[in-house]
Amino acid sequence: MMANLDSVRRSRTVTRADLAEAVYQKVGLSRTESAALVEMVLGEMSDTISRGETVKLSSFGSFLVRAKGERIGRNPKTGVEVPITPRRVLTFKPSNILRNQVSDAPVAVGDDD
Amino acid sequence: MIKSELVQRIAERNPHLYQRDVENVVNAILDEIAGAMARGDRVELRGFGAFSVKRRNARVGRNPRTGTHVEVQEKSVPFFKTGKELRERLNEGS
Repeated sequence: MMANLDSVRRSRTVTRADLAEAVYQKVGLSRTESAALVEMVLGEMSDTISRGETVKLSSFGSFLVRAKGERIGRNPKTGVEVPITPRRVLTFKPSNILRNQVSDAPVAVGDDD
Repeated sequence: MIKSELVQRIAERNPHLYQRDVENVVNAILDEIAGAMARGDRVELRGFGAFSVKRRNARVGRNPRTGTHVEVQEKSVPFFKTGKELRERLNEGS
């Protein structure tokens, strides 16, 4: 039954190569340079986020670093309580523009949970 | 960091490019990611993270100001899952 619906809507996976191709098509730089720039943009964003800094991309969304305090977790298999150390987590808050662009998107079965 | 700062930093490292070109590069990347999600596709960027679309079922919402019930239709929302490498870098040395 699931397989049936899956065939109705096959979700594709977009990768770095597709982003490089988009840059190549739209900006007109060489393929090699387009790929290098995609890497540089993602690298710059990662470096900034890793320093705990927010990355705010207007009309797209914001990457926010949040600090989580220590809490008690539990090993689901054994039931033993273990402390979860304080950590930093990254959350993405989509802009309203992006939300509107995506609101009618088809969702493949199994993709939503 | 905001978009213009991101553009500036990349431009500084690529003196042979016009700032305008770098701006177009950043926009092409973001548009491609947004376009993929709008089609219901997944965007997987190893080391950084993955963008996908999740379904939100229809529900009865409430106007917080007036308290009246409103029907909220089923919709899709953007979702981002942080990649392993970035998640680890966020917690280095802590």
